[in-house]
Amino acid sequence: MDGLINALYSIPVAGVLFQLAGYLVNVVPDISPLILQAATPIALAALCGVMCERAGVVNIGIEGIMITAAFVGWYSGVLLVPVLGTTAIGPFGMSLALVVALGVALASGVVISALHAWLSISVRADQIISGTIINIAAFGLTGYLNNLIAKTSPNGAGAFTQFRPPREVTDIPVIGWILNMFLNQGPIAMSVIVLVVIFQILLFRSRWGLRSRAVGEHPRAAETVGIDVIRVRYRNVLIGGVFAALGGAYLSMEATNSFQQGMTTGRGFIGLAAMIVGRWSPVGAFGAALLFSSSTALGNSIKFSPPSGDLGTILTSLPDQVYDALPYLVTIVILAGVVGRSIPPAADGQAYEREAAT
Amino acid sequence: MTTPDAPVRAPALEMRGITKRYPGVTANDHIDLDVRPGEIHALLGENGAGKTTLMNILYGLARPDEGAILLDGQEVNISGPSDAIARGINMVHQHFMLVPVFSIAENILLGEETMAGPIFLDRREARRGIVELGRRFGFEIDPDLRVGSLSVGWQQRVEILKALYRDAKILVLDEPTAVLTPQETEEIFAVLRRLAAEGHSIVFISHKLYEVLEIADRITVIRRGKVVGQRLPAETDEDDLAELMVGRGVQLTVDRGESHPADVAVRLEGLEVKDDRGSIAVRGVDLEVRSGEILGIAGVAGNGQDELVEAIVGLRHAAGGRIGLQGADITHASPRRINEAGVAYVPADRHRFGLVLSFPVADNLVLTDYYRRPYARGFIRNDEAIEATAEERIREYDVRTPSADVRAGTLSGGNQQKLVVARELSRDLKLLVLDQPTRGLDVGSIEFIHRQAIAKRDAGTAILLVSAELDEILELSDRIAVMYRGRIVAVRDGRTADKNEIGLLMATGGEARSPAAAIGPAV
Ligand SMILES: Nc1ncnc2c1ncn2[C@@H]1O[C@H](COP(=O)(O)OP(=O)(O)OP(=O)(O)O)[C@@H](O)[C@H]1O
Ligand SMILES: [Mg+2]
Repeated sequence: MDGLINALYSIPVAGVLFQLAGYLVNVVPDISPLILQAATPIALAALCGVMCERAGVVNIGIEGIMITAAFVGWYSGVLLVPVLGTTAIGPFGMSLALVVALGVALASGVVISALHAWLSISVRADQIISGTIINIAAFGLTGYLNNLIAKTSPNGAGAFTQFRPPREVTDIPVIGWILNMFLNQGPIAMSVIVLVVIFQILLFRSRWGLRSRAVGEHPRAAETVGIDVIRVRYRNVLIGGVFAALGGAYLSMEATNSFQQGMTTGRGFIGLAAMIVGRWSPVGAFGAALLFSSSTALGNSIKFSPPSGDLGTILTSLPDQVYDALPYLVTIVILAGVVGRSIPPAADGQAYEREAAT
Repeated sequence: MTTPDAPVRAPALEMRGITKRYPGVTANDHIDLDVRPGEIHALLGENGAGKTTLMNILYGLARPDEGAILLDGQEVNISGPSDAIARGINMVHQHFMLVPVFSIAENILLGEETMAGPIFLDRREARRGIVELGRRFGFEIDPDLRVGSLSVGWQQRVEILKALYRDAKILVLDEPTAVLTPQETEEIFAVLRRLAAEGHSIVFISHKLYEVLEIADRITVIRRGKVVGQRLPAETDEDDLAELMVGRGVQLTVDRGESHPADVAVRLEGLEVKDDRGSIAVRGVDLEVRSGEILGIAGVAGNGQDELVEAIVGLRHAAGGRIGLQGADITHASPRRINEAGVAYVPADRHRFGLVLSFPVADNLVLTDYYRRPYARGFIRNDEAIEATAEERIREYDVRTPSADVRAGTLSGGNQQKLVVARELSRDLKLLVLDQPTRGLDVGSIEFIHRQAIAKRDAGTAILLVSAELDEILELSDRIAVMYRGRIVAVRDGRTADKNEIGLLMATGGEARSPAAAIGPAV
């Protein structure tokens, strides 16, 4: 067997490709939980985008919602620990303080979304400007408050811990690593897959989904059959806020246990790109987020533990920046080559004016 | 059916003193309207008279400034479309209210979904219900087809089914027949008669007077927002109605006079054009139009006329063949070059091609030459010149608008059409391409536009006319070409053409085929 593999590896050109395949087979199972972890905040941001834009509201304030929720979640933990203590009350290292803090973080996301909803739906302000204002204000405020608070080096409520699937499960041949990817996770990362599936089914098979899509495609037609366009839009933007806030909370309450200034580092925007690559469907957006995070993880893996042999020589001769750019390059190639033209909902970003109100 | 001497039952719907003012216009000025149970009540009026506004008020899409609405004698306050639907009012709107990316089933069910449990749609049951609904009213439909891929005639049927599905007591149809062929209209009329016989009340809006005379039990005419008269079909005729609508005598058929065709202005040789889905829609058409003649293209909608016309004006690539304009090859020229070469185009879909609805009326009137003197000096617009020209064209074409500065989208459907016609006809032209030029226009405006077209012809312009209205083709054309499945199957002299023969050619292409094949949904 090894002899055969070595023989294949030594064929020129094709051999390098075989080596690449061999490297992937070795590396991917090891880093698979990391891939889902990196994809989690991006996917949640993308779900927020799908939720809003399917109903016709463009939300580029996702980044701002995420950073706010990351901050509020962490700081509520700081405030709650003295009151509620840190005794674990359930799996995943859940303490009462941690769970309540998560709830507060989600609520903060809903509040910021309500601001965006009010500005873009009721005031009919430019939706891009409303989102931009939210981003600037959220970054400024969380940065400033963090500076004030961090001086006292407070104790937070910690973070959700990962579930460790038993070895018998992760060692199952062929699918073991996939199970490991979804099970070797904290509660937020684990919930993403569930949210994606539920959202996908509801969007295309439920009454709520049908009406949301109608409002995003042709709001006047929706109104003429008695649908309250304004209400549908508000509802979706608020639910979207929960998704984005969950993504933000993931960063400060599951991936790490503290808040860092600007810790979202553009994930909200990358989520919007994932939404487009995924053609405004939850499953597609999740796939795009996974693609993005796996190329990031692969890039890192090549940087830090490159393969041996010809392939290794070739790969290590490339500058590091190539691997930093890898996820973006992959996204461009996929968008241009595979997805083709991705068509947004027809009324995406257009304020709706109800005539009877005038 | 209600006759004048039958005991009068309480009206199912009564609108009293409805007044609606928009900035600069009073769209409805104390309008009274009553509709009895089982009655088909036609609403007639020139473009901008206020018909759509009145019906939008009934449907809760607009709020009246004054007046009351009574249903079965009870005064009601209709807060919005959902309230109207709950009270048994339904409406087929003048412009389609369909979601193009949804299937027929999804469009019909939207807002009134067939459910399996509290959350999920029951798609199988829905499909079954819609097929059955279609059968009940004589349409064979495939509920899974995407509405965006249907011909306008089928989209109109979907709109009507959507209203029928809701089983309304009062059904409003705002120009449902504007895009239908006579056969399609007959199908719809059969449905309306049945509904009326079952006791539904129907408000029917149309600019086609013969249709109104055929279907209506009573006719109310409004002009400039006021009711100017009521008639029974038995006591009136087209001329009387036209005069009542417009306030003056209208010549319903314009005398086209002698034509004096000169040299060939445009010549198509073996022209092939593909449709949006990439299949061949125009199959090797050879055609000539001479300066000073009107060539009419008759055909059931969807037989390649739109693609043919769009290729000529440069909006669509010719897949093969050649288009020559007075000897010059314009086959692959840009729309602007074709326009500058003296070709004008009145498109069938004014919202998609003819107008920028969010721009002021004045800008829309100079859309073809805003970049040239006197409308521009270098990079700078000359607002005075634009304004002056706009005022002049508005006056000349009798566009009903409060001013040249309002958004084109606020004008009534017919007045939007007049904007396009006014812009395209007020130039020196070699070729004028008219695609459904009078869609949605009132009789007075049709007369005016027909006269303008004939004047253009007599001034030496070649005119290519496409219309679903066979009468319009017969009335204006010096020669008639019949288009069927992408081919010109016959050319006849306009004066001697026989209406029945042309109709048959349109339906069968001259072969013994079932006519249904040509009007079925495009897939
Ligand atoms: N939303 C609006 N804002 C401003 N003016 C409006 C608006 N809607 C209608 N109008 C004006 O009200 C008048 C009546 O328009 P309406 O659409 O009711 O006419 P209509 O009788 O339906 O004409 P058509 O036969 O051309 O459809 C027009 O002068 C139009 O410009
Ligand atoms: Mg109208």
